Amino acid sequence: MATALSLTHLGSLMRGVRSVDEVGADERAASLAKRSIKKASKLWALDLSIRCMDLTTLEGSDTPGKVAALSAKAIRPKPGDASVPSVAAICVYPARVAEARDRLRGSRVKVASVATAFPSGQSFTSIKLAETTDAVAAGADEIDMVIDRGAFLSGDYQKVYDEIVAVKEACGPAHLKVILETGELGTYDAVRRASILSMAAGADFIKTSTGKVQPAATLPVSLVMMEAIRDFMRETGRPVGFKAAGGIRTSKQAIAYLVVLYETLGAEWMTPERFRLGASTLLNDVLMQIDKERSGVYQSADYFTID
Amino acid sequence: MAITKRQAAELAKQTFDYAPAPEAIDHVRIQQRYGLFIGGKMVEPHSKRRFPTINPATEQKLAEVAEADAVDVGKAVSAAATAFTSWSRMAPSRRARYLFRISRLIQERARELAVVETMDGGKPIKESRDVDVPLSAAHFFYYAGWADKLEWAFPNRRPRPLGVAGQVIPWNFPLLMLAWKIAPALAAGNTVVLKPAETTPLSALLFAEICQQAELPAGVVNIITGAGKTGSLLVSHPGVKKVAFTGSTEVGKMIQRSLAGSGKHLTLELGGKAANIVFEDAPLDQAVEGIVNGIYFNQGHVCCAGSRLLVQESIARPLLEKLKQRLSTLRLGDPLDKNTDIGAINSKAQLEKIQGLVESGIEEGAEIYQPECKLPERGYWFPPTVFTNVSQSYRIAREEIFGPVLSVLTFRTPAEAVEKANNTPYGLSAGVWTDKGSRILWMAERMRAGVVWANTFNRFDPTSPFGGYKESGYGREGGVHGLLPYLELA
Amino acid sequence: MAAKNGGDRVEVRKTYKQYVGGEFVRSESGRAYRPEGSVNVPRGSRKDLRDAVRAARTAFAGWSARTAMNRGQVLYRAAEMLDARRAEFEELLRGGRRARAEVDETVEVLIWYAGWTDKLAQVTGTVNPVSGPYFNFTIPEPTGVVGIVAPEEPSLVGLVRRLAPALCGGNVVVALAPEDRPLPALTLAEVLATSDFPSGVVNVLSGQRKELLPWLASHMDVNAIDVSGCTPDEVGAVEAAAADNVKRVVKLPPGERSPHLVTAFMEMKTIWHPIGV
Repeated sequence: MATALSLTHLGSLMRGVRSVDEVGADERAASLAKRSIKKASKLWALDLSIRCMDLTTLEGSDTPGKVAALSAKAIRPKPGDASVPSVAAICVYPARVAEARDRLRGSRVKVASVATAFPSGQSFTSIKLAETTDAVAAGADEIDMVIDRGAFLSGDYQKVYDEIVAVKEACGPAHLKVILETGELGTYDAVRRASILSMAAGADFIKTSTGKVQPAATLPVSLVMMEAIRDFMRETGRPVGFKAAGGIRTSKQAIAYLVVLYETLGAEWMTPERFRLGASTLLNDVLMQIDKERSGVYQSADYFTID
Repeated sequence: MAITKRQAAELAKQTFDYAPAPEAIDHVRIQQRYGLFIGGKMVEPHSKRRFPTINPATEQKLAEVAEADAVDVGKAVSAAATAFTSWSRMAPSRRARYLFRISRLIQERARELAVVETMDGGKPIKESRDVDVPLSAAHFFYYAGWADKLEWAFPNRRPRPLGVAGQVIPWNFPLLMLAWKIAPALAAGNTVVLKPAETTPLSALLFAEICQQAELPAGVVNIITGAGKTGSLLVSHPGVKKVAFTGSTEVGKMIQRSLAGSGKHLTLELGGKAANIVFEDAPLDQAVEGIVNGIYFNQGHVCCAGSRLLVQESIARPLLEKLKQRLSTLRLGDPLDKNTDIGAINSKAQLEKIQGLVESGIEEGAEIYQPECKLPERGYWFPPTVFTNVSQSYRIAREEIFGPVLSVLTFRTPAEAVEKANNTPYGLSAGVWTDKGSRILWMAERMRAGVVWANTFNRFDPTSPFGGYKESGYGREGGVHGLLPYLELA
Repeated sequence: MAAKNGGDRVEVRKTYKQYVGGEFVRSESGRAYRPEGSVNVPRGSRKDLRDAVRAARTAFAGWSARTAMNRGQVLYRAAEMLDARRAEFEELLRGGRRARAEVDETVEVLIWYAGWTDKLAQVTGTVNPVSGPYFNFTIPEPTGVVGIVAPEEPSLVGLVRRLAPALCGGNVVVALAPEDRPLPALTLAEVLATSDFPSGVVNVLSGQRKELLPWLASHMDVNAIDVSGCTPDEVGAVEAAAADNVKRVVKLPPGERSPHLVTAFMEMKTIWHPIGV
């Protein structure tokens, strides 16, 4: 439900987006990262981070076999232990969507596909739209698109906006996550602008990174995006989801994201409908931490399956 | 290690309510009774009198501390005077070594000091751990470096120490204020007698132990405990050449009056009623953090607290909305819990003072807002409070509350902001929030205050001088300027 | 040092190595020389020098961005670590009162400059009352990679007298150990390696001055070079080579101990900002 924006004013609107003080944002994120989450709340947070996880493989070497293994892990992260929930989705390249769809049939795990010339976005709009349409046709429930950073950084906000609107339309029933690739935007001001632009254009989720660019997701950049979501919600009444992706490998990091989420957007956002963690290696660490909390003994990676 | 389906379902229903995360206290040893630290030893008070120090979060007695009388004060001053002879003549680089040692010992015993500070004073452990203790260590480290560089600080002069410094400090930052007082005094070659506040003496007594551990020569630092009477005996003792006081403006004035004509050197760091000024182009989310940090840091027991929020009328509504939402996430409770944002009010007397002023605000017609906030049954607590519709004339806009209470006023133009901000007998600090650099400097030029924070608030650093204009006192602590009150420039 | 094989004990001798990028390395050339008795010392090559400058440049961004307070803590840590190994240094300096005094001074110099990191800008920076509505101030900033040619004598403190101020200001260093008395400098590297300096902030090479100095003096990625250990002829050659990239050649007296020695390795930056509503 994109708010109708007078397109001629998009540029000035973007330049009018309130600024972000970098030092202050970093300090706030650092202070939230120091929250101490223990016992029952830790177990709950670990459980939630699995339920909100987009288990991801985005490699040139991905094969049907790899997708099959990942799908199995997504449905049943810990074989023999039904108390560990399934992840939210698996996230793959468009060419792997059909196999993932096939493997996940009968489960509640969604299929997410990156699209729009991921990760650079440097292609023709027609191709990006065709890729989106095909991915949805192949069975993708969710599309993770990248914004055109070239256009954004050169000030062509209109192009970025129009492309998101068009991709959203091409998605049909599929949910649209818009990747800002914050590591290429340079400032929190730009991150905030890109967040508002994407939400105004109809994003269901805004997402930090592709995972292919350093830095990927960081706590302060996530805080800035969540604050934009909060302001957008206040202005328009439309809740937009948030996905952190790239570089989140440990339970401790995942919990820090949940803390920032909780204290910025509140308990209503602590659900897979409004929050995702995109990660490829995080899951096993979370499983190890769950076992540590339950058994009181530090765990070894040897006891957790690699998929 | 599997859990049942039911347990799993319960888990899924829970909300993210942080489980208690109390800091361990088993590594901290608080004695039942303390003496006075005079001449390098803990000694029994001549007065034979002791008074309890309690944990304001539980109202439980932590220890009994000595109440120094005139004889005790005399002993402490004479121990300091004796030590002065050799300490002031010691090679400056050797003096520096002792201060470096103290800094290291504070770092090494950081957690112990933080826990004691929190138990005795009620401040959240995250603050004593992340602010008070590291800054105290940094302060000693910084002034240790000055000890053998004084001729670089004051070129063409021969800087000389003054003698025995009598130092009286408040209860809001007990260890940090001790560091602010003792580090520059010692670096300059003085010896000290320090009196911590009667409600928070424990970290100073732990510091006495650190002086012993550092093998600091006996008598260079003396710590005597007691209430206002002891403090007044100390500052009026003829052997004291220099008085440094941090506390209320009321007591500061009394000291200044009582020292008139005595020839003693005096510095005062007193109260404040700082304006935190937010312009319409400010980075709002960070401004909200700055406002929260400005007034709710250490329960508002901060002389430079941003207790008056001056907000440009055009953004008053969204800013206050954001502020109120943020207040609902503040966690008030057990100061030892690592997730606590707002701890206990330092004492019953202080709590009553806050309550009185808050009642006056309501009576005078201001609108009060407090987030839903369950206060613990025992101990002294006050919820974070915001007053809107406040006029300049209300008591809550003029008097220092020294509690978690914010008064919000609006302004239309920068000139009006300046006028309102300066319209107070105090002048300790000010805050300015705007995206425009030139306006920051324009505002800073016009603030009649000793410290101006721009797009931040309540920042402290040993290199940065701190102190007030007008009735907020005189003299500076921190930086090169912090040496001057402890030196004579021959 | 001379081997000591008393009774049944066969001493485990230390291999002396250069310190480059946080690692202890032999010369890539595989060469050694024996300037102090029978001990082999790496004879560094121009490629070792190249590696050292590269390591230093990589370390510069991180070290110069540390807070002044943090740099002071690290320098102080070096003094702590050196003091704890004073017996070894005294022996390397051949014992006696002079050796003791030299180690004392070395510790003292490290502590003295540790105390300067966060005071330097307060003494050498300025706020400039320009005519007009501008806030104008000048602050010292590190120049970058500093080459230090240590004097032969005193072989430990001679190096530290230059190393400490260069590091104090936030620079990174490539130092040439004294050619004939390299062991104290190489052992100092072991102290620095355990003092919380990030890898590459200090690099110490050993070998022959005539092989290394021309490459250091002409290196286009070295910003300043201290010639306290150079002969007058060498100074002239260094100055000529330095002109290629306008290197700062620091020629203050070997005994200099002041904040001005720190700023000799620094640039002054002046910032203008309008004041207006």
